[in-house]
Amino acid sequence: MDMNSEYRKYLSNIKKNNILVHVTRIIILLLIVILWEYLSSHNIINSFIYSSPSKIIKTIISLYQTNNLFNHIWITIYETIISFVLATLLGTIIAIILWYSKFLYRVMDPYLTVINSLPKVALGPVIIILSGANIKSIIVMALLISLIITITNVYSGFVNTDKNMIKLMNSFQASKYRILKYLIIPYNYHVIISSLKINVGMSMVGVIMGEFLVSKQGIGYLINYGSQVFNLNLVFAGILLLIIVSYLMYLMVLLLEKTLIRDN
Amino acid sequence: MNSILEIENISKNYYSKDKETTALLDISMNIYPGEFLVIVGPSGCGKSTLLNIIGGIDKESSGVIRGNKDIRIGYMLQSDSLFPWLTILDNALLGLKIKNDLTKENINYVKKLLKTYGLSEFINSYPKELSGGMRQRVALIRTLAMKPDILLLDEPFSALDYQTRLKVCDDVYEIIKEENKTVIMITHDIGEACSLADRIVVLSERPGKIKKIFNIKWDKKGTPFQNRMNKEFSTYYDMVWKEIDGYE
Repeated sequence: MDMNSEYRKYLSNIKKNNILVHVTRIIILLLIVILWEYLSSHNIINSFIYSSPSKIIKTIISLYQTNNLFNHIWITIYETIISFVLATLLGTIIAIILWYSKFLYRVMDPYLTVINSLPKVALGPVIIILSGANIKSIIVMALLISLIITITNVYSGFVNTDKNMIKLMNSFQASKYRILKYLIIPYNYHVIISSLKINVGMSMVGVIMGEFLVSKQGIGYLINYGSQVFNLNLVFAGILLLIIVSYLMYLMVLLLEKTLIRDN
Repeated sequence: MNSILEIENISKNYYSKDKETTALLDISMNIYPGEFLVIVGPSGCGKSTLLNIIGGIDKESSGVIRGNKDIRIGYMLQSDSLFPWLTILDNALLGLKIKNDLTKENINYVKKLLKTYGLSEFINSYPKELSGGMRQRVALIRTLAMKPDILLLDEPFSALDYQTRLKVCDDVYEIIKEENKTVIMITHDIGEACSLADRIVVLSERPGKIKKIFNIKWDKKGTPFQNRMNKEFSTYYDMVWKEIDGYE
């Protein structure tokens, strides 16, 4: 029974530790919020510049009352979903093409590297002129950010496929198409799925950047508009919404990943 | 006896930017139906290259391989390379699927093989649920599924631990004899070679040439494991050992 009680003690210690971590996290958040509210309501910091938690909440409520809140949130989510799905699909297709032709890969390699290292926001003005000041520009911007990294990730998964399995397929005299279909794609399924996870964050960056530049709707627009009219309450409200939305999107993709990957 | 395959003057060169390497030099030998031929040699002597050429994965630089056009060759690799996302049955059917040969008759044949060799209850399992020895048996059945006349085995047991290796070696030998196949196997394990082979071909160091061919005969032939206990075993072992050791 001695072992048993020691084991129980071990388990309860883990549990205690977990609870402590959670509680500490919440206390930190509460302290920040309370301190922030206290400082601004007692005019120790300028609430016009630094806003305050209560003003942020009021701003969000008034956005809700003017029926704009969910519209802005939805637009941002919608643009992000389109971008990261497109990025994953296009990235995978391009990676397949590059896998098919080693020649093409060698030709494209420096271009990919250069485009990847270029800060995409610099292309903003060009994108607006080419695609117009609309949702298209926003998606192009988000795609630019997440596409190259998807291509690189998926392609490197493809070329790192188990050499013995490829040899096995060769021993069956399998065509390149069949090696792709029966080995390369299923073998790299999890790589493709996890690039969804990377892309959701990347696309969000692109979408907010795009909304800063062109949009009349969306969370990025709220933040940008707020800063232009010097309404810092709106800016902070936008940031808070963005934190919530990006966390929810991340959870969604995590869930998607769990359902798509059966752990064989 | 008529040979099933004639290997004549096969040579193979590899090229890289800064040098040319001769892997095989002028290899000639005949393969007879039903025999178990084992090729041994020091590492890097081109054993695998020779097997790859016979199996059609690699192309010879010069020389010819003669044999009946309809001869089917099956290749079993060092690692079982079972696809983790396919069930055992689907893994065993992979070769047939790639060759577009998934007839009802073939599927039943594979199911029968799996059943005969003790894997029927794992048909719908995934590879990770099987032991190393069982996985190797599935890999063999995947090769047998295409009804090959000649089986090429590339160090099929080297990925297994010693105990399992002896057991799987017996298993695989039984299956091959049962299905009446001709085998060309390569290994660097002299004991394995002596216990399995009808003939042992010793290759020299690179460039690989045939150094010696031994005929292995037993008073009382048994399973590979039993052969290891036979009195002739250590003699054969020494003979092969000396041929290979002369280079090291």
